[in-house]
Amino acid sequence: MDRMPAWADAVLVPLISLLLAAVLSALVIVAIGEDPWEAVKLMVTGALGSTYGWGYTLYYTTNFIFTGLAVSVAFHARLFNIGGEGQAMLGGLGVAIVCLYFPWPHWTIALLFATLSAGLFGALWAWLPAYLQAARGSHIVITTIMFNFIASALLNYVLVHVMRPPGSMDPATATFPEATHLPTLHEMLAPFGIAFSKSAPANVTLLIAIAACIAVWALIWRTKLGYEIRAFGHSESAAKYAGINPVRITVIAMLISGGLAGLMALNTTMGEAERLILNATEGAGFIGIAVALMGRSHPVGVAMAALLFGFLYQGGAELALWMSIPRELIVVIQALVILFTGALDNMVRMPLERVFMAFRKDA
Amino acid sequence: MDFLTIIQVLDSSIRLATPLLLACLAGLYSERAGIFDIGLEGKMLAAAFFAGAIAFVTANVWLGLLAGIGASMALSLLHGVASITFRGNQLISGVAINFLAAGLTVLIAQSWFSQGGRTPSLMGGGRFDPLTLPFAEALEPVPFLGPIYAELISGHSILVYIAFAMVPLTWWILFRTRFGLRLRAVGENPAAVDTAGVSVVGLRFAAVAICGILCGIAGAYLSTALQAGFVKDMTAGRGFIALAALIFAKWRPWYALYACLLFGFLGAIALRYQNIDLGAFVVPVQFMNALPYILTVVILAGFVGKAIPPRAGGEPYVKER
Repeated sequence: MDRMPAWADAVLVPLISLLLAAVLSALVIVAIGEDPWEAVKLMVTGALGSTYGWGYTLYYTTNFIFTGLAVSVAFHARLFNIGGEGQAMLGGLGVAIVCLYFPWPHWTIALLFATLSAGLFGALWAWLPAYLQAARGSHIVITTIMFNFIASALLNYVLVHVMRPPGSMDPATATFPEATHLPTLHEMLAPFGIAFSKSAPANVTLLIAIAACIAVWALIWRTKLGYEIRAFGHSESAAKYAGINPVRITVIAMLISGGLAGLMALNTTMGEAERLILNATEGAGFIGIAVALMGRSHPVGVAMAALLFGFLYQGGAELALWMSIPRELIVVIQALVILFTGALDNMVRMPLERVFMAFRKDA
Repeated sequence: MDFLTIIQVLDSSIRLATPLLLACLAGLYSERAGIFDIGLEGKMLAAAFFAGAIAFVTANVWLGLLAGIGASMALSLLHGVASITFRGNQLISGVAINFLAAGLTVLIAQSWFSQGGRTPSLMGGGRFDPLTLPFAEALEPVPFLGPIYAELISGHSILVYIAFAMVPLTWWILFRTRFGLRLRAVGENPAAVDTAGVSVVGLRFAAVAICGILCGIAGAYLSTALQAGFVKDMTAGRGFIALAALIFAKWRPWYALYACLLFGFLGAIALRYQNIDLGAFVVPVQFMNALPYILTVVILAGFVGKAIPPRAGGEPYVKER
């Protein structure tokens, strides 16, 4: 018997967790001597009050959709992929190779191949941890953490010694050719007569992120493979008994997860920086964990949670600019969201279940 | 490379190995009791900040150490409440603690000192001074052994000696006391411990608390002994290298010492030589920095002896009713 209706589990629990995180964050702001109400107003106007703000909010949202989906797919197979950061870094490498070393006639073709390459590189970086978990029993959380550090060292090496243009001191690749420039929201909306900020980095990748949401939904709930992934996640022994190969499912789920994380590089590397820089991921791989937990590993939830974090990121940048609240406030909020929606889930859930049970007895 | 250079590199290895060793032993207690802890990094970071901040304000490094341990214990308690009391996911809780520490330390540092997320430099009584062991100066002229004693063994802060003394102590506690036996049992088969009438929850909280103390000392070492003051994100992945060392050591105290010395040595080499020219090819510094992680993956893959974690690790214990 279900202790709670499905809507309460999907909506109420995350909302209460979010509320707890918000209250604690407000207390933190009070503790450092600032006004939380003022901060919220500033964040809302800064992130949502102009098309410039929206442009940044949606740019961050795009990143978090990809990394959130990546963590979600792994969660469905009961795998915890902390390696989104490293997989996204490798995705950036894939994008850079495609954009720099091939002459592309048009951005659409470049985008198609960059997407394939980013996904492939990200998936490859997830492959070894997945294989080691499935075939040799090494814990995927530890291996993906290690792979984050290895990816960062690898990228550092490649940017300093291999792909840095001669004469440049900056550990970054050359700027991508003009033909690979992705249309920004400003350029996309202008033909429709909608004025959108020119300097905001949101671009066509947002549409790919939305498409990825739909694709993941279809994959997880409408295909045989998705069914196998969920079955494996619910009970490994039952899945085995039903003839599902655990090694195969673990590896496939992680390849998809890594590929999605890699796609994030389209937005940061091809869309915004237009060259590969050292810290292109900026921790978005880790924010994917918070996004997936809050979104309950469902693409709709992930998209909404990603928008929330996009808002927090852009709003946080405004706070750092106009009030004496450092950007790290966002890291604290992110930590609290992970804590309440992930680790302390039972703390929210247990009393709520009791409330619903009490109502049910009366009925 | 002459003799004195070797001594200096080894000396630097010991100093870099100390925080790893303390954090690694911290993780050892926790994981041996069945509580995975990927929040070592965050606990060290919080301890480093509070140790640095209080040591600066009071100009007393011992109060700083206490504050560091306190901060680390508070996060440990949070981890305990989440993973033992509410039976939450221990890994997720660890991730949350890492971010909480990364954010809060900068936020508070900025609010207290307004120096861009760091504490002011520590001077005088705010730092742990190097201890000169007896006869170090008298013995220095002795060939070979003299410099080893005077440079390598003598002249570290007291926390270094505490860290190294923790290794035999941890071995003794885990393998020669009743508490240690129970602690190991609770990580392998908590139901058996429960049946014997010993509190699983109590033991696990005790292990998590010890973990907090040791992480606190590790963090305090970073900001008050290794360096003079806290800087943003100063742990720089050390908590994860300690975790790697713990796996490398297969959850055993003496091997933890060897693993941490090895990783400390790699760090010292990378720090001193940047790119190493081996004639035929050059080993880039990035490879040296990544080596601990690569070695850990190799060990985890089971190609060099299998690393088997405590059996009940990561699983919350649900008492039967």
